[in-house]
Parts: sequence; C-alpha cells; structure tokens
Amino acid sequence: MSLTAFKRALWVYHLNTGSCNGCDIEILAVLTPRYDAERFGIKLVGSPRHADVLLVTGPVVRQMVARTKRIYEQTPDPKLVMAVGNCGIEGDVFHESYSLAGPIDQIIPVDVYVPGCPPRPEAIIHGVAMAWVKLEKSAKQGVA
Amino acid sequence: MNFVVIIFGSALMVLVGGVFSMLYRGIDRKLVAHMQGRVGPPIVQPFRDVQKLMMKESIIPDGAVQWLFKAAPFICLITSALLLLYIPMFGQPALLGGFDGVPGFGDALLVVYLLILPSLALAAGGFASSSPYATVGAQREMVLLMSLEFPLAVSVVSLGWRIGQVTAANPFMFSTIAEHPIWSLVGPLGVIGSLILLFALLVATSGKGAKVPFDMAEAETEIAGGILVEYSGRNLCLFYVADIIKAFAVSALVVALFIPYNLSPLVGVGGPVPSGIVEGLFFLVKVFVVMFVSISLIRTAMARFKISQASWVYIIALTVIGLVGLILVAADLMV
Ligand code: SF4
Repeated sequence: MSLTAFKRALWVYHLNTGSCNGCDIEILAVLTPRYDAERFGIKLVGSPRHADVLLVTGPVVRQMVARTKRIYEQTPDPKLVMAVGNCGIEGDVFHESYSLAGPIDQIIPVDVYVPGCPPRPEAIIHGVAMAWVKLEKSAKQGVA
Repeated sequence: MNFVVIIFGSALMVLVGGVFSMLYRGIDRKLVAHMQGRVGPPIVQPFRDVQKLMMKESIIPDGAVQWLFKAAPFICLITSALLLLYIPMFGQPALLGGFDGVPGFGDALLVVYLLILPSLALAAGGFASSSPYATVGAQREMVLLMSLEFPLAVSVVSLGWRIGQVTAANPFMFSTIAEHPIWSLVGPLGVIGSLILLFALLVATSGKGAKVPFDMAEAETEIAGGILVEYSGRNLCLFYVADIIKAFAVSALVVALFIPYNLSPLVGVGGPVPSGIVEGLFFLVKVFVVMFVSISLIRTAMARFKISQASWVYIIALTVIGLVGLILVAADLMV
C-alpha cells in the first residue's frame, strides 16, 4: 500500500553536474503538456530535501564532486538516483577529459541509467518506470 | 454548552474538513492541468503525496533552532485546523461560533486574526531553519502577511458595519451575517460596492492560499522552495496539509460572508437530515466556485509577482479598491 503511494508521488530534484544542458532541456520537456509527467504524480521540486528521486545529468566535473555527494546526503531516505544521458554513464563527448571525476556512479550509487545524448523524454519516463520496478523488487526482497 | 460535543465535534469537523480540503486540492490541480492542456494528476494525488511524505525521513539541519524548527509545522497545522471550527462549514453553524442564543467563542473578526497564525508559524519555521533561502522566503511571507491584512480587514469590517446598521446583534457573528445577507440590505449603489468588496476579498483569498501569483514565499524556481527549503518528511507533510486546509477555510470564509444563503427552503426539503445533506452539498458547490475563481483561475492565468509588486497590489491597489467599495456601500445608506 505504502509502496503504491511512494511510487505514484515521486518528487524529482534535478542536479546538473556539468552537462551541456541538452539533457536538462529534455527533462523539462517531460513536464510540458505533451508528455505531462504530473499525471503520474511526478513533480519537479526546488530543494533536495523534498526529493524522492535525484535526476543527475552531466559527467561530474571535479568542482562538482563534493557538491554532488552533499546533495545526495541532503536527500531524505528512501531515495532513488537516475543518471540521465550518456555523459553521466561513461563521459560521452567529454570522455577522458582532464577535468572529469565521474562518471556519476563513481561518486554516488546510481539506481537507473537512461542512455542517450540527449535521451528522448519517452526514455526518461521509461527510466522512471524502471525505477518503480526496482522499488517493487527491493520491497519484495525486504519482505522475503 | 456540552464540552463532550465540542471535543468530538471538533475532531469530526477537522477530519471531514481535512478530507474535503485534500479532495479540493486534487480537483484544483486537475482543473489547472486541463486549462493548460495537460491531463493532470488523479484527484487523490494529495492523499498519495501526504502518504509518501509520512514515509520519508525527517531531516533536521544542524544549524537550525531545533525546538522551533520542530514546533512550527505543528503550530501551523493546528491553527489552520482551528479555522475550520470558527467558520461555518457544510451549511452548519460554526462549531465554536455560537448559535441559537448560545454565546460563541468567536466571530468573523477573530477569524481574520486567526488567519495570521499559520503564516506566522510558517515564517518562524523558515527563520529557524538557518538557510538563506528560507530566510528570504520568511521575510517575503511577513511582507505579504502585512500587506494582505489591510484589504482583508477593510472588506470584512465594511460588511460588518453595514449589517450593524440594521440589527442590534453583534454584526460580525456568522449567524447574524447569515440572517442579514448583504445583498438584500443594500440598494443598487450598495450592490456595486459589495461586489467591489467581494472582489477585494477574493484577491486576498488568492494571497492567503499562497498560490501563483502570490507564492513568492515558496517560489520554487527562484529561491528553491523558500520558506520550506529545509523541511522534509513528516514536517513538510504537516505544512503541506496545513496549506491545503487553509486554502479551503479561506474559501469557506468568503462563502460565509458573501454567499450565506441556504438552499433547502428553496427546493422545499424539510427535516434536519435531508436539509442537512442538501445544505452540505450546496456548501461544497459554493466553496468550489470561490476556489475555482480565486485560486485555480488566477493561478493558471498569471505569472508570479515580484514581492514589491505583490505588496503594492495589496497595500495600495486593493486597499483603494476596498475603500471605494466601502464608500459606495456608505453612500447607498445616505441616499
Ligand atoms: S549526454 Fe549529451 S546531451 Fe546530455 S549532457 Fe551529455 S553531451 Fe549533453
């Protein structure tokens, strides 16, 4: 019961760790009338304290390492992390750049990866659905 | 008065009022989404949000003033819920408002003062959370609170003053207001004046509901949630519910002041139970209309004001409008 409430009311905090802004625009597109993420209860919030999901974009530049960790810690449990875009997964066009400390999963634990440069809004919504599946699985394991 | 009745009645009132407030917030979100060409969340979404927030961890920042940070959400919720007891709800007289010769504990003026308390608690919580964003938000909340008071008081007091001209009873009592609806007291000039007062009150309702265009205290896109920036989990949930209840209560206040009509004599329903049901439904319709105009419609149609602009709207523009309404109502009495 409580799991249903949790997964149907995900509040999302969007964290840019040095992306080219391509992914961020696609994230905003998810909220526009055409894709309307609010119908699933998904809401973009302004503070990590309110968030259930961290949408992390970008390859994590060195300046952002400490801040990324801090924002992860500021988010109350239970929480999910989604890495959006190839940058956060393996560096993409910034691969092996001198200024990178990422990818994201070397800094904070990532639950769902959404590949693409940038990923389409459908892919981001699909990523959220994958996060639901993951939540359900972990809840079942918790019971067993 | 029987105190058992008061205690159980209050509990029931807060429960029922709370459920309907949440439903109305869901309807509001759905309607706004439709007006923007979206599908929108299901109507039960506020319940899910609340359920989810209760599951989350409540973090208290190290720099915060611990006791105030923890107490503010409770004070905010309790004072908001108190509003439900002083305003006539569901076609019934206000639980603590006094009825049928029994002296009550409060009237419309008390409600105007009570409306300050949730905002004060919110601001106290913001100042206590030791975040610059929250401090800015709390300052804005205080500015808005002070600007809003004048037009709100002007419209409530003018209404009471006009009703006081025709009756010896306390004109601010909700029962007195219901006995002498303003529209049947005044002539054409007074009707225009009352309409202007109603307009001022509706805009003030929008500000009390703390929604766009008057949500600069929270302003997610510029100060990251403002006053609530450090709140999470259960504490955030209490503020969330308090905000919802307050919006419902303010709309009910407008209904009680300006549309205190009953339906059951008109449709010819007798008996306490059937007429109670009819009145309850009619009340919900009236509140819905007020909420739709003052919150949903304004919220969709406008963008956020700057705090200086909002303050100007209330202190200068709306107060002048309210005073014009008062002068018209007074002039109506002279001719
Ligand atoms: S994945 Fe592509 S679009 Fe997204 S931030 Fe990286 S370079 Fe930009």
